[in-house]
Amino acid sequence: MKFGILVNEGPYQHQASDSAYLFIKAVLESGHEIMRVFFYHDGVNNGTRLTTPPQDDRHIANRWSELAEKNGIDLVLCVAAAQRRGIADDDEAKRHGKDASNIAPGFRISGLGQLIEAGIQSDRLIVFGD
Amino acid sequence: MLLHTINKSPFDKNTFDICISHAKKGSSILLIEDGVYAVMKGTAYEGKVKDTMKDVKVYVLGPDAKARGIDDSSIIDGIESVDYVGFVELTANHDSVQSWL
Amino acid sequence: MSDEMMDEEGGVVKKFMYVNRKAPYGTIYALESLEVVLIAAAFEQDVSLAFIDDGVYQIKKGQDTSGIDMKNFSPTYRALEMYDVEKLYVEKESMEERGLTEEDFLVPVEVLGRQDMADMMEEQDIILSF
Repeated sequence: MKFGILVNEGPYQHQASDSAYLFIKAVLESGHEIMRVFFYHDGVNNGTRLTTPPQDDRHIANRWSELAEKNGIDLVLCVAAAQRRGIADDDEAKRHGKDASNIAPGFRISGLGQLIEAGIQSDRLIVFGD
Repeated sequence: MLLHTINKSPFDKNTFDICISHAKKGSSILLIEDGVYAVMKGTAYEGKVKDTMKDVKVYVLGPDAKARGIDDSSIIDGIESVDYVGFVELTANHDSVQSWL
Repeated sequence: MSDEMMDEEGGVVKKFMYVNRKAPYGTIYALESLEVVLIAAAFEQDVSLAFIDDGVYQIKKGQDTSGIDMKNFSPTYRALEMYDVEKLYVEKESMEERGLTEEDFLVPVEVLGRQDMADMMEEQDIILSF
């Protein structure tokens, strides 16, 4: 079965992104497939490589990057939500005249259409939020 | 049928109340995150939870309950505890999921 | 859940419901949820919007944000019709609890009792809540 996942909250502030991560690990363990993880609202803050949590805490951004690298999972940050909150890849940074990008490895920035497509193409869409 | 999820304490938000008033007979409710406080015996919500269980199957996400100091013996009888793999199975076994955020 | 329908070109048409339970301005959920609906309209899916709890305040008449330095996005709900998004359902109990009537809304809506809303939810393929 194919799953689409929507993450609506940022890391650390709310448990939503932890719940989504653990759910996704269980999806993969169960032999199902993750079609896409879409990050919206403050959820886009999961995708900044500047995250620096204390050493004895989980590293949420790195955890996502590793998940993408190991399992080829598509992690998409909503472009409009990312622009509002200052999350940019190289193209976005250049287009808006910013001096740096901050997107974490394994993430990409794209439009809301990717969320709708995840809804259409997945067997289940599961929402994690506040 | 739908799987409903609740992630708020019933003492904080109306999420629990609004969810149970929309859960049809034969659907299921899974309590996660701060939603797990509803499964404890002896709270003001115990009666409502038990009423709900007449028509709706109620589950709790075990790791979230355990994290909050709710052990199996303090969970209302008849509520099934599942792990994350069980959560995935529930979503797969229901037609769709409504997350009451 | 309904059996998925096919459109004229053989594409999948799913029933998408957007559940709005949060008031505007205090948090960004209502605005960004509306942005999803506008994008979703281009995908020719069967879209409906449900206004439950404080979500009913999103479509209250007379919003004027001139004093809070935020965009008044309420006129956008009136534009939904042009995008063929015409199924707007308000939950009767939520509306009445807040002392509102159908005349208080800035768009035409269908008022549904809680049990009818619950039935409507059961018919959906995808439920997005923000």
